[in-house]
Amino acid sequence: MFDFVSPFKLRERGIMGMNQRNFSYIGRYNDRALYPNVDDKLKTKKLAIESGISVPDLLGVVHFQYEVNRVFDILKDHDGFCIKPAKGSGGKGILVILKTDENGYMKASGEYVPREEVVRHITNILAGLFSLGGAADVAVIEALIQFDPTFKGLSHEGVPDIRIIIFQGYPMMAMLRLATHASDGKANLHQGAVGVGIDIATGKAKRAVQFDRPITHHPDTDKSFADVAIGNWDRMLTLAAGCYEMSGLKYLGADIVLDKEKGPLVLELNARPGLAIQIANGMGMLPRLKHIESMDHRRTASIEDRVNYAKTHFND
Amino acid sequence: MTSRTPFLIIVFALIVAGISSIYYRHVEMGVPLTAGEQIDIWQIEAEIEFTGKNEPVNAKLTLPKDPKFELVDEFTASPAYGVHVFREEDKSEVVWSKRQVQGKQTLYYQASYKHTLNPEKELAPIEDVVAETWSEPYQSSAQTLLNNAMEKSGNQQFLVLQILNVIKSDDQNVALLLSRYSKTEIFVQLMQMAKIPAMMVRGLVLEDSRRNQQLIPLLKVYINNDWQMFDVENGELGNELPILVWQQDSPSLLDVVGGRNSKIVFSISHSTQSALQEANSSATEGDFFDFGLYHLPIDEQNLFKGILLLPIGALVVVFLRVLIGLKCSGTFMPILIATSFIQTELVNGVVGFLLIVSIGLIIRSYLSHLNLLLVSRISAVVIVVIGIIVLFTVIAFRMGLTEALTITFFPMIIMAWTIERMSILWEEEGGKEVLIQGGGSLIVAVIAYLMMDNYLIRHWAFNFLGVHALIMAAILLMGQYTGYRLLELRRFKPLAED
Repeated sequence: MFDFVSPFKLRERGIMGMNQRNFSYIGRYNDRALYPNVDDKLKTKKLAIESGISVPDLLGVVHFQYEVNRVFDILKDHDGFCIKPAKGSGGKGILVILKTDENGYMKASGEYVPREEVVRHITNILAGLFSLGGAADVAVIEALIQFDPTFKGLSHEGVPDIRIIIFQGYPMMAMLRLATHASDGKANLHQGAVGVGIDIATGKAKRAVQFDRPITHHPDTDKSFADVAIGNWDRMLTLAAGCYEMSGLKYLGADIVLDKEKGPLVLELNARPGLAIQIANGMGMLPRLKHIESMDHRRTASIEDRVNYAKTHFND
Repeated sequence: MTSRTPFLIIVFALIVAGISSIYYRHVEMGVPLTAGEQIDIWQIEAEIEFTGKNEPVNAKLTLPKDPKFELVDEFTASPAYGVHVFREEDKSEVVWSKRQVQGKQTLYYQASYKHTLNPEKELAPIEDVVAETWSEPYQSSAQTLLNNAMEKSGNQQFLVLQILNVIKSDDQNVALLLSRYSKTEIFVQLMQMAKIPAMMVRGLVLEDSRRNQQLIPLLKVYINNDWQMFDVENGELGNELPILVWQQDSPSLLDVVGGRNSKIVFSISHSTQSALQEANSSATEGDFFDFGLYHLPIDEQNLFKGILLLPIGALVVVFLRVLIGLKCSGTFMPILIATSFIQTELVNGVVGFLLIVSIGLIIRSYLSHLNLLLVSRISAVVIVVIGIIVLFTVIAFRMGLTEALTITFFPMIIMAWTIERMSILWEEEGGKEVLIQGGGSLIVAVIAYLMMDNYLIRHWAFNFLGVHALIMAAILLMGQYTGYRLLELRRFKPLAED
């Protein structure tokens, strides 16, 4: 229980704490007025399309209660889909349907839900149950990600995604998030998903953690993390770096998925990315943040330059 | 990034304002630091008797003027007399008057005094001392006594002591003087001849349960830049008991026109009073800098007693979240729960809270099947919460568990939202997260309750509004704390060991 470490040791390792993140980075670098660019998924999607950032296809939007039943017109051409609140936070309120058949709608867990459940979920979204402060919201319906076979055996009942932290446009730290049985198919680390630290320079795995403690094999599939390497890594870094121009936020987390056909897609942007990425990487963020802060930002470097800079300077 | 200077100035100003307000309330107005502090109150009753001569009467009593004591309240009892109390810069008096008075009369004046917290220093005498010349042979005897005493003393202090000794002795000169003057008069004369400012005053020795007391003559001498008092008649240097100086530079204590055989006696009693009560009742006289809340109607006072505890709760929440890193559901929900714990007492409160939330969660899980719109669902949960509370109250009352009746103090809307949030949390993240966040909220609520229910903290929050400025400063400072949270030291432990 009282298993504490000296704060000086953490400071020495360059670990960033929650207060410092909130005050010195989010508070200082992220302009409040730009938050809707990432907090409102509908707006994010529009911006992404304008800036040429690849995102999952938008199937439809439900704005009002009376439109709820129209959702089935949209869905009838698609087997799998994903319903999200536009202003949800922390992955709340996301309903993933893998396929539709005579039994109803099958969730990622393999459980079937009836049509009424889908209606109820959308109703909850519209009433603002998942949005910050309970404000009325809209439901966004997205095409399902056909996830890339590279990650086969690494994720249990869920889409693995790659979280990249981008500071002032430079990709700075990355991790692969894998759902486990414990996390109930979700990719949130505090719920029990596995975080695999990824080397910015190569896209190769460094180490993995679950519940903030190091592990070497996936707890459900027993597959080793040692030889995980993310394909198309340069494309992914370029995509992540481009999110800086798109959103205008200087301290940003991008969640990227690898689609079998479309390649890397930006699933979601986050103006308040968590700190677990430090544990997954086994290193603190502060040295890199300070490194980028000390650079000359009078003229914004091109995306390509920033990616190359990150690859040469942030290798381990 | 804006400059930190304005921030630091604001924090500094808040701290200064807070501390100086607390200082003022405590030192100048006497608001005690602890609620139970007691102060001495002396109640003095002057009983005046005289016989009326069947003509108009004006009885004038000089009132005490002693910077060491402060009047708390006064009161006169005198049937059918017109009474006026005159308080002026140099003298205060009470005057009774009546058109026609016959026979024995008794008038009462009663006053309560307390010790002044910070007595103002009495002013130094302005005029030069001029001793009147006594007739011979008294003048020469006095001169001889003074010369002898002068020779045997180095400074004023010792001169006074020396003269006191001489007056007590059976010196021939003293005996001669005593045949005409009192000891105090001799002393004053000697002092004045030595150019030391001195005067005779009359005072009352304050001792509990004394009756039929008289004023005693006392000597006031200005030495070492301060007035000192001596009881020359009894030959004591200062007195163990406090003395209230009643009569000073006024010719008479009691002056009855239209009556004869007048006499006055005093009785004294001692009591203690809550210092808090006293400070507030004496502040009602309209102190401009008094920002105490005791002038408000009682209802509003009670309201503020509750409201002013919220900053304490807010401080606890900020501390536990920013410095400790505890998770709780809803930022200020725990404070509201804590305020209801104040009414219900801790154990009843925690049990009641758990009962309402758990039964609410069960019913809520059924409601979720009904597929309702959010607002209707929350409203339904509100009604369910009220239902649970009514049910428990009735059952508890039937079973004779009167302490369970306080369950009605829970804020129902907050409880309904808590149940709704917990229920969603359960569906989304599972029961474990509900326990973590619910438990966190309960811990925060209990800690906030323990702080808010503390006798001393309640006293401070209501009586020293400066405390809130200090809380504000602390909250602002914590808002800029960028160090690690306590729980992060555990969370990031794997990173520090390789």
